[in-house]
Amino acid sequence: MGLSAPADHRTVAYAPESQEGWVATRLDFLVNWARANSLWPMPFGTACCAIEFMATAASDFDLARFGMERMSFSPRQADVLICAGRVPFKLAPIIRRIWQQMPQPKWCISMGACASTGGMFDNYAVVQGIDTIIPVDVYVPGCPPRPEGLIYGIRMLQEKVKNERAADKGTRDEMEPDPKSQLYIPPSVIDELGEPFGNSVNQTRSGL
Amino acid sequence: MSRFEVVRTGASAPASQPVTQKGVSHRGAEANPSAKALQDKFGAAVRRVEVIWGETVVFIDPASVHDVIRWLHDDESQRYDFLSDVTAVEYRDAEVPIEVVWHLRSLPFRRFLRVKAQIPKGQPLEIASVYDIYRSADWLERECYDMFGIRFSGHPDLRRILMWEQYKEGFPLRKDFPLRGRFSRSEQLRQALAQNPEARYSMEELSIADAFAELPEEMRARLSKGERTGE
Repeated sequence: MGLSAPADHRTVAYAPESQEGWVATRLDFLVNWARANSLWPMPFGTACCAIEFMATAASDFDLARFGMERMSFSPRQADVLICAGRVPFKLAPIIRRIWQQMPQPKWCISMGACASTGGMFDNYAVVQGIDTIIPVDVYVPGCPPRPEGLIYGIRMLQEKVKNERAADKGTRDEMEPDPKSQLYIPPSVIDELGEPFGNSVNQTRSGL
Repeated sequence: MSRFEVVRTGASAPASQPVTQKGVSHRGAEANPSAKALQDKFGAAVRRVEVIWGETVVFIDPASVHDVIRWLHDDESQRYDFLSDVTAVEYRDAEVPIEVVWHLRSLPFRRFLRVKAQIPKGQPLEIASVYDIYRSADWLERECYDMFGIRFSGHPDLRRILMWEQYKEGFPLRKDFPLRGRFSRSEQLRQALAQNPEARYSMEELSIADAFAELPEEMRARLSKGERTGE
């Protein structure tokens, strides 16, 4: 069948005397192998990280090696949202809407310091990490990350995709914050926890 | 000058080619001739003239800003036909008034003039709009209102442009505005997510209305029955 899967215990290739080969494998392995190698990115580029993302997609670094050369500017055909750059509060409902429009299965890469934490833009206008709006699978550090860094993040995401189980329905649920869950932290507590790290609203301009 | 005459840059300026100025002193360089013309024309409304790094700054009485800019735009010997910026300055010293700044450029005469009006502290931040003189003042004044809270009377559509319209925290570039905003992070995020970016635009604003007649027949029929686009 032309599959180039590694010859390990997960795959059994058996070709008796007939010319037609066949393969026995786990369905999860086959599906995840196909998904991981054809992730169509939805580029959400708002700043200089998007320049590095373009470099990653161009011929030197060549995202086509990972089956990602097809940029999906329509979220309905996309598999992975790559948020490259800072997200101002005005864009918060827009990136959330894009995420909601993407069909399952879907993943998200937060590329760069600003998308992951707000970065140097610790001010009134910028979202302090897109994980306050949408779930993130891989954070790529850097300001901006080099293409190698983004490719490393993509390889990590591929590993994650390859280890998913179709039987585990929970991983594909759309999760809303549930106050009854033990993992839920109320917003006021998040503010309180963030305050010692300089993430408070009490700072004013110096000298005033 | 007819309304649609092509303006050739520097066509009305003296014949000499423009040269890059070198070694300009901080203060005291030669003033733009428009400053003298303004003093002759408007007298006491021109409070003072400064030349800083070779650029002329004219301080105008806030009440006569509209007249002055109208004259600079219309007069045959000035022809300031390009408004490149409207902004404001607030100083750290709480006593110093807030300045509203207009950057005017005369393409035919190759001149640049900075017009300033000082609004003393304690007075309402209101000044005349120059939208009826320069259409480009539309978004510039909206930005100035959004960031500083200066109301431009006579502007046809004065609302926020950078921040969303339901933004409640105030005017971010004012000195009394905390760098990280007035509300907590979670409250800021809650308010930001509560905005509905699609609800604010009318069909006219999206300029679909202009193109409506050019749409295919069946699409026009669907749209006129009330089908929403973009969902």
